[in-house]
Amino acid sequence: MQSKMKESDPILEVENLSASTDNLPILKGVSLTVYPGEIHAIMGRNGCGKSTLSKIIAGHPSYNITNGDIKFLGENINSLEPEERSQSGIFLGFQYPIEIPGVSNLEFLRVSTNARRKFLNKEELDTFDFEELVKEKLEIVKMDHAFLSRSVNQGFSGGEKKRNEILQMALLEPKIAILDETDSGLDIDALRIVASGIKKISNAQTGIILITHYQRLLDEIKPNYVHVMSDGQIIKTGQSDLALELEEKGYEWTDNFIKET
Amino acid sequence: MVNENLVKDVVKEPYKYGFVTDIETEKIEKGLNEDIIKLISQKKEEPKFLLDFRLKAFKKWQKMKEPDWAALGYKKIDYQDIIYYSAPKQKEKISSLDEVDPKLLETFDKLGIPLTEQKKLTNVAVDAVFDSVSIATTFREELAEHGVIFCSISEAVKNHADLIEKYLGTVVPASDNYFAALNSAVFSDGSFVYIPKGVTCPMDLSSYFRINSGDSGQFERTLIIAEESSSVSYLEGCTAPMFDTNTLHAAVVELIALDDASIKYSTVQNWYAGDEEGIGGIFNFVTKRGKCLGKRSKISWSQVETGSAITWKYPSCLLLGEESVGEFYSVALTNNLQQADTGTKMIHIGPKTKSTIVSKGISAGNSKNSYRGLVKMGTKATGSRNYSQCDSMLIGDQASANTFPYIKSQQPNSEIEHEASTCRISEDQLFYLQSRGIEFEEAVSMMVSGFCRDVFNQLPMEFAAEADKLLALKLEGSVG
Repeated sequence: MQSKMKESDPILEVENLSASTDNLPILKGVSLTVYPGEIHAIMGRNGCGKSTLSKIIAGHPSYNITNGDIKFLGENINSLEPEERSQSGIFLGFQYPIEIPGVSNLEFLRVSTNARRKFLNKEELDTFDFEELVKEKLEIVKMDHAFLSRSVNQGFSGGEKKRNEILQMALLEPKIAILDETDSGLDIDALRIVASGIKKISNAQTGIILITHYQRLLDEIKPNYVHVMSDGQIIKTGQSDLALELEEKGYEWTDNFIKET
Repeated sequence: MVNENLVKDVVKEPYKYGFVTDIETEKIEKGLNEDIIKLISQKKEEPKFLLDFRLKAFKKWQKMKEPDWAALGYKKIDYQDIIYYSAPKQKEKISSLDEVDPKLLETFDKLGIPLTEQKKLTNVAVDAVFDSVSIATTFREELAEHGVIFCSISEAVKNHADLIEKYLGTVVPASDNYFAALNSAVFSDGSFVYIPKGVTCPMDLSSYFRINSGDSGQFERTLIIAEESSSVSYLEGCTAPMFDTNTLHAAVVELIALDDASIKYSTVQNWYAGDEEGIGGIFNFVTKRGKCLGKRSKISWSQVETGSAITWKYPSCLLLGEESVGEFYSVALTNNLQQADTGTKMIHIGPKTKSTIVSKGISAGNSKNSYRGLVKMGTKATGSRNYSQCDSMLIGDQASANTFPYIKSQQPNSEIEHEASTCRISEDQLFYLQSRGIEFEEAVSMMVSGFCRDVFNQLPMEFAAEADKLLALKLEGSVG
């Protein structure tokens, strides 16, 4: 799809990727390339494979890659552990962030941040230095300091969980962020906070993949490309106006594309 | 599932304390009868009242039946195939640490319990027990200045016979249960603590129990007395070598707290647990009980149980004094074929008594981990309260967890609250932590520590760090 010459190398290349879980094929040949500074949106019906694609890129153990490759900064990462992918700069914002009782959010964020810093050969932060850093990042998502002393995501409202995800993204400073329905369950104010947070964190060197059902997030963060997925494949790719058209005409309209491909 | 196997690998336990000290020991012949008991008593040069105490207990034991109500399965113990007294050979009378066999000092050094003047721990007084005898007790003079008595129970029998005669067996009578009766008949050594009126013990006291011999049992006996308005924090640690036979450990611990006194008793139990196939390991049958005799007295048990093939242990509180307080905080981790049936009894007798139970059981491998607890409100326990919380965590799909709470109330004007939960470390939780750069092992260990947080917060500081390390160690292993 990126036909014109790019000045820099791609961050992420998904090449003809097929994957299955419990012998059930979920992805059936997905290709997608993300260059620095690009924002891609992936849309499609529930069950089309959007979330699966994001989990496979992050290394979820429940899925087997049956064909194709995932390359990150030119290197094949098919067999890397999820923690290695994270440390090297891949971030997955969860659709349903997981609750971890008893583990303090602050400690979790610190261990996670230090794992990334260690990979980057940066000095690991002690509790005091980390406090300073996290305070600064809390501003981005307008979260209260009190969230840090609670257990990871436990008892958080839907919106708080999503903001906690963006806080993690801010701390980890990933090369690529895949945000799986980060906008779902957010009211208008929370959506704005999250969207402005994402914009602040991303820059000309980072890539973003937004998985979403709704135009309202794409109004806040304008994508360079919009991909429509159906039955484990990307069936149409276009510019940001594709999302608008999709919103207007519904997914039924896209069913026609399947024949085209 | 891939991750299930990974979790199993991670909880594989490397046991660091499995070495045997090669030392000449004095052992008596195997078996149990009146003559053996007389021999033990004679070796310890005991007064007649104690020999009588032992013989009476033995008579009771002979009439008793080994209990089978616990959710435990094990090969029948042959009580005639056990050596009831084993002691490292050393000079008859030891006047200072310099005369202790260097091999023994080295053993405790290796266990992280240095005893010599130069190296000893600075903030904790230690009584080191090796098989049937106490080897050394540190800081005795310093403690004596405050009137605190801290010595082996054998010494206390000689030097403080009045206190022993007055209190021994008053909390756990010989007839209490099968293993308590056995211990009362054959107990060899253990620690004795006496805190006089108004004294706050200036440092933590600690006993370290080491089983070295493979064919002898360990039957220690500990007695702690806290006089009016005194307080003490006592720590206990245990390890044993790796043998492919099972070694019996049947201890009795008695605590007595008078008016406004408080005793905090913390245990980190890391006896050898047997191998992955369940061969070897310690059979740990222990009776621990505290009596809150005085008004506003307080007894707090905290335990981290990670070792032993079999654990049968219910540290309990008898709350007699008005407004007395009993607490039980427990973490029990079982792996491979380990079995634990542990919990507490809170017996509310006096009015306005209060008890708290927080139990965290973690079962991995093919292990079986049961919480068994009794909360009883007697007729006079008006205005008394209990709060219990029992949580279980399962790792893998072969482990089992049970909760058996028993509640008996004869007092309508009292409150009992019980909460229980069971959780499993889920693949999603692990993936979430991993996808944030946290390695698999650390992710499991973080979740386990998080699960135990409420209990670790109750442990003395240095012990909490040790407990956290110990659990991490138990969870250490090859990943993938």
